[in-house]
Amino acid sequence: MATQNSRTAARLMVAPSVILLFIWMIVPLGLTIYFSFLRYNLLMPGTEQWAGLLNYQFFLTDPAFLTALVNTVMIVVGVLAITIVGGVLLALLLDQPVIGQGIVRLLVIAPFFVMPTVTALVWKNMFMNPVNGLLAWLQTSMGFTPHDWLAVTPLAAIIVIVAWQWLPFATLILLTALQSLDEEQKEAAEMDGAGPVSRFFYLVLPHLSRAITVVILIETIFLLSVFAEILVTTNGGPGNDSTNIAYLVYAQALLQFDVGGASAGGVVAVILANIVALFLLRAIGKTLEA
Amino acid sequence: MARHVSTRRRWFVTVIAWAIGLLMFFPILWTFITSFKTEGEAVASPPSFLFFQWTLENYVEVQRRSDYFRHFSNSVFISFGSTLIGLVIAVPAAWAMAFQPGKHTKDLLMWMLSTKMMPAVGVLVPIYLIFRDLGLLDSRVGLTVILTLIDLPIIIWMLYTYFKEIPVDILEAARMDGAGLWNEILYVLTPMAVPGIASTLLLNIILAWNEAFWTLNLSAAKAAPLTTFIASYSSPEGLFYAKLSAASTMAIAPILILGWFSQKQLVRGLTFGAVK
Repeated sequence: MATQNSRTAARLMVAPSVILLFIWMIVPLGLTIYFSFLRYNLLMPGTEQWAGLLNYQFFLTDPAFLTALVNTVMIVVGVLAITIVGGVLLALLLDQPVIGQGIVRLLVIAPFFVMPTVTALVWKNMFMNPVNGLLAWLQTSMGFTPHDWLAVTPLAAIIVIVAWQWLPFATLILLTALQSLDEEQKEAAEMDGAGPVSRFFYLVLPHLSRAITVVILIETIFLLSVFAEILVTTNGGPGNDSTNIAYLVYAQALLQFDVGGASAGGVVAVILANIVALFLLRAIGKTLEA
Repeated sequence: MARHVSTRRRWFVTVIAWAIGLLMFFPILWTFITSFKTEGEAVASPPSFLFFQWTLENYVEVQRRSDYFRHFSNSVFISFGSTLIGLVIAVPAAWAMAFQPGKHTKDLLMWMLSTKMMPAVGVLVPIYLIFRDLGLLDSRVGLTVILTLIDLPIIIWMLYTYFKEIPVDILEAARMDGAGLWNEILYVLTPMAVPGIASTLLLNIILAWNEAFWTLNLSAAKAAPLTTFIASYSSPEGLFYAKLSAASTMAIAPILILGWFSQKQLVRGLTFGAVK
């Protein structure tokens, strides 16, 4: 009887969360799918009509889509490469006995807490500006011509900015994983005559593999929808050179007011993210069983 | 002899670690320093690092020109509001799932997490239109609602992983002693759950404070939190580096300090318990 009661209580306690999340998931997404089949522009209210797959056809055959898709992949892959390699190296470094280790760690993780708009504007103006930026000054004083990051290599600039934000995250997680490596195992390997390189490849890296997987998956989810950094630095330009899918959908919706087209783009973005999410959920699901 | 080598190595590693740490931190430090310069000094070449006339005028100027503290209080309202409402909804759910797990609890948890994977642009259009029709665009209430919803899965997950670690035996002992549900919650569970709830609170305030998709798209002037306010510096008039730096310093300082305190929880919260 008591168990029956407490089971009902448990259901009631979970219900509000489930209902809210269910509504949050179903209603807007359902509307997006519905809009994606309409010809619907906010500038021409009252002219909505069924458009079939036309929005998808326009969105997917628009050359901007292919550019945005490639840029999205470039941002994800570029930032992942920098943060994983850099993160492993930094984690190995911070795992050593360093004087003032706590403070160094605080310095390294700080960028993660800076809001994206601040990060992007500080880098854009105070570092990457070709006239007044610090990087330009460095280049000039070394006798080079200053590089105009955001005009000439906008995508690389965005990758650098976003990588600076996410390197601390990768470092922190990999360091946490590294510190759970059994000290005795390391000593045993050393006793057996394993050099630092083989210790790294045969002991440390396998131990880190799960943490690396988690970092890759979580970062990918966030990196697929990098937005603020693009909005305040390049506005997706020049041309579409630094437009990703998230920014393309935003531009279509709130700059061109094309609800139908933007919704089709949104559905495409959801499908792409779901493919990634499938892997992430499987990886996390495994840890639930453990 | 061996000892001598290891001391040298220790110093070597220390120097490299500090150099890299300072390099990573440098953009923040530079922003901080620039916030005390005059606008002319801020773009001077060669740049001055420490030896210039330090001034507080940018801070005064930012507040005077753009009512900085209104945006600051919007950020506080939205991040604390969404986190607290989220906790009120999530604590019972996480409690029930941790202590009364049913057959489908695991699936339910995975499903909740999956809502987090939906890219925001996928629902930008309908949310924007719904907000427009309900008059919620550029309102603090609207932003609080959205952030509550996007934070809810993370809050539930974090609480769940913390509650999971509370030994069930204790609850059973309390039940044996005849403690009712409310007494159980009040006297047994709460004291053990408070640290987990506090960490969840901290991490979510940080995430909500820095959220920059919905805040940028759904707020303009009145309800603009700091993310949106700072973004307005992307199309500036005249010299603005020092003022941008002052506004940025004030926007990131409180959260940086909270973040430094929450390092450990951060790992666990952001990996959904997969790395501890």
